[in-house]
Amino acid sequence: MENNSDKILEEVTGSDYKYGFYTDIEMDQAPKGLSEDTVRFISAKKNEPEFMLEFRLKAFRHWQTLGEPDWAHVNYPPIDYQDIIYYSAPKKKATYESMDEVDPELLETFEKLGIPLEEQKMLAGVAVDAVMDSVSVGSTFKKTLAEQGIIFCSFSEALQKHPELIKKYMGTVVPYTDNFFAALNSAVFSDGSFAYIPKGVKCPLELSTYFRINAANTGQFERTLIVAEEGSYVSYMEGCTAPIRDENQLHAAIVEIIAHKDAEVKYSTVQNWWPGDKEGKGGVYNFVTKRGICEGDRSKISWTQVETGSAITWKYPSLVLKGDYSSGEFYSVAVTNNYQQADTGTKMIHLGRNTKSTIISKGISAGHSNNSYRGLVKATRRAENARNFSQCDSLLLGDQCGAHTFPYLDVGNRSTIVEHEATTSKISEDQLFYCLQRGIDMEGAIGLIVNGYAKEVLSKLPMEFAVEAQKLLSISLEGSVG
Amino acid sequence: MDNIQTTLAKDKLLALFAREEEAITAFSTPLVNRIRQHALSRFRQNGFPATSKESWRFTDLTPLLNTEFTFDFSNQSRSMDIEKIFTCDVYDLDTFSITLLNGWFVYKNAPLTKLDNGTIIGSLAKAMELYPELVDQYFGKTAKTEEHEMAALNGAFVQDGLFIHVPDGVCMEKPVQLINIVDAQQPVFLQPRHLIIAGKNACLTLVHCDHSLTHNVSFTNTVAEIFAEENAVIDHYKIQNKGRNSALVTNTYFHQKRSSKVTSNIITLNGGFTKNIVDVTLAEPDTISEHYGLYLADSNQHVDNQLYIDHLAQNCHSNQLFKGILDDEAKAVFSGKVMVRPQAQKTRAYQNNRNILLTDDAKVNTQPHLEIYADDVKCSHGATVGQLDPEAMFYLRSRGLCERTARQMMMIAFASEVVQKISIEPLRDRIHDLVEKRLKGELSICDQCVLHCNSKEPTTFNIDLSKL
Repeated sequence: MENNSDKILEEVTGSDYKYGFYTDIEMDQAPKGLSEDTVRFISAKKNEPEFMLEFRLKAFRHWQTLGEPDWAHVNYPPIDYQDIIYYSAPKKKATYESMDEVDPELLETFEKLGIPLEEQKMLAGVAVDAVMDSVSVGSTFKKTLAEQGIIFCSFSEALQKHPELIKKYMGTVVPYTDNFFAALNSAVFSDGSFAYIPKGVKCPLELSTYFRINAANTGQFERTLIVAEEGSYVSYMEGCTAPIRDENQLHAAIVEIIAHKDAEVKYSTVQNWWPGDKEGKGGVYNFVTKRGICEGDRSKISWTQVETGSAITWKYPSLVLKGDYSSGEFYSVAVTNNYQQADTGTKMIHLGRNTKSTIISKGISAGHSNNSYRGLVKATRRAENARNFSQCDSLLLGDQCGAHTFPYLDVGNRSTIVEHEATTSKISEDQLFYCLQRGIDMEGAIGLIVNGYAKEVLSKLPMEFAVEAQKLLSISLEGSVG
Repeated sequence: MDNIQTTLAKDKLLALFAREEEAITAFSTPLVNRIRQHALSRFRQNGFPATSKESWRFTDLTPLLNTEFTFDFSNQSRSMDIEKIFTCDVYDLDTFSITLLNGWFVYKNAPLTKLDNGTIIGSLAKAMELYPELVDQYFGKTAKTEEHEMAALNGAFVQDGLFIHVPDGVCMEKPVQLINIVDAQQPVFLQPRHLIIAGKNACLTLVHCDHSLTHNVSFTNTVAEIFAEENAVIDHYKIQNKGRNSALVTNTYFHQKRSSKVTSNIITLNGGFTKNIVDVTLAEPDTISEHYGLYLADSNQHVDNQLYIDHLAQNCHSNQLFKGILDDEAKAVFSGKVMVRPQAQKTRAYQNNRNILLTDDAKVNTQPHLEIYADDVKCSHGATVGQLDPEAMFYLRSRGLCERTARQMMMIAFASEVVQKISIEPLRDRIHDLVEKRLKGELSICDQCVLHCNSKEPTTFNIDLSKL
């Protein structure tokens, strides 16, 4: 059995990164390095309003005063921030009326990624705002959305068309002073997505954006802002794959979500950046700041994430539950293999009365990887009757990997109930035996058990994503048991 | 180092050491003095722990260090009639009792006793004189002066404390009771140090009581190094019942060899400022290590329990259960960490922290951490913060109990899970009594009473008759 499982482990972990291809498109990029000039260059290039440049410069000056954080349970060589290209955009950036006008090579890229940008899209019922290295090249279903008054466009487009909304909301959830990477992003962010759901509107489609890092040595600095007005609902999806590059690529994104009174936002993401090769060489550094605020009473935000990629993940989708009776959810599956390192989790900050939060985190580590859950649940004195339940389980496949849990619980009033539980173990021999004696082969059995283990989270994903996520899980893991 | 106060306090202590070096080092073995120099250089480098350090994030020493402390470095023979002024009595429990007064061993008969079965119990300072090779073999071997600032400070100023050596194959039937009393008219800063060794197949029960007699400010910084050799069994009980103005930092290090078993129980009934650091090294396979704790804090007391269990070998079992009830403006911190090294396969490690908050001003910070590098393990942890179950409350009320009684009943039930783990029956009953009294508010009644029977100053009543 040992030999067999070793073989399967080798086969599975040995399979090459499926989405590793590289599209050669002319780039319009900033010179290497970071200075006030770079910030001005990016701002000028994107023809931004004055307030935006000021915001960037403030962020840049603040960033210069900060040091890189080192508290996460990850190891990586020091990053030379002067050796990164902070802006690159596909050259042909006309706004297209029909898909025929889009650069065919670009379309081919999307085809390989399996993004149904054309007719299939209609059937899938997904409006995609595809981001190719920072600049949006195609948007569909805009009309359907426009009819309802929903704004869903690239960040730069929003800056041109709706500067007042950007000015009002940007930086309110994640201020540029928040942390090192947030400051960096605020200074040099290239593009991203903006979604605005007006009062009382239930968004009829799943909004979806595919990110993709392309050119070599290009940091990707995305910025997403979602605003849900009173009584609205939106489900937002983000997914990503990245091509094989030898050098590490830095990805420092910011996602901000604002949910007003009675609004609900569902944010799902499948992350599959290139994790580096089997020796742990290369791979994407994913240092992301994601945070939502339940501003109004009875508002709700939920994060669902499936993390299978990146050499290093440093990501804590957080929620500030400010409105009374607001609720937050965090569902996560994080898979690490080979030399991947993940330090991920969430923060639930209860400020309002009768606020509720749920955290379900499933970590799976294999190979030489390290997988950490780091989470904070905080209830302030005012947060009467706040309620939290956290469950963080870890599954270990192989004796070289690590699984860690670092929860922090801070409670400051007597009516709050906070519960945290976690277990760490390997796949139970009994379960394996049961499957095997029913005639299921080793690989199938492990697949079954791992999928069952992650089911609780996968079932929270939108239909389109759930399929992809399950596939990703099986690519990353099936068959690996020690 | 972060701030001016702690830097000042550090400089003051370093200057004091330079001045008093001769007196401090006089009774130690050359090796202990070498370890002392190392600890001193560590302290010079690291100073006091700052709140920027993860394990001290919620526990700030700064306010304490503003006090002008006095020190006593002279090893004069101390004898006093302990029974007269103090009773730390456990009914029906025959113990071998030892008293430390302000960190110094109190001679009743002899400073060091060698029992018939070969067990040596007594003053550490005396042991360094009579059994230097035994002390040198163990002293400073498991205390982490590199990592723990307070252990480094203790290492620099170490003079006296408790020394126990139970030889191979000897079982100490009679529990050893250590009573640590602080009685001073001026604020004192104490650095007692204990060295406890249980040889192969030996067993030992140690009951450690911390008390203060006066209401003066005191700061006790203890280091205990406890060694369990192959197959040894150690039961360690710590009862902390100190005055509101006292500060207590304990650094307890357990080092366990093959198949040894350690059970530790920390009961914090009262104390102004308490920080317990328990550091366990499971160095060889098949060891069992169980750690229980109960903290009951009210007014503005601060209790911090920090545990670190290092699984270095396979097939070891560790268990942590810490429970706390917090009233008024009390603050509790729990940080437990289980480290499972790659070679520590077949590890079972459990960790549990439960808290009840009785008021909106009480605060709990809990961090149950797991760091696991081996795959064939069963580890779990849990933490809860909540209040008394309203349904159970309703049940009791519907049976005709008043709210106060019902509350007390439920709190006692909550606490008794930890108390029940005490294996010596008379001690268990006594602690159960103490906990019950404490939860009924009777134990700290002296603190609140205006008569201050313990105080040396006469009590005067200024009654404003016009207000009557």
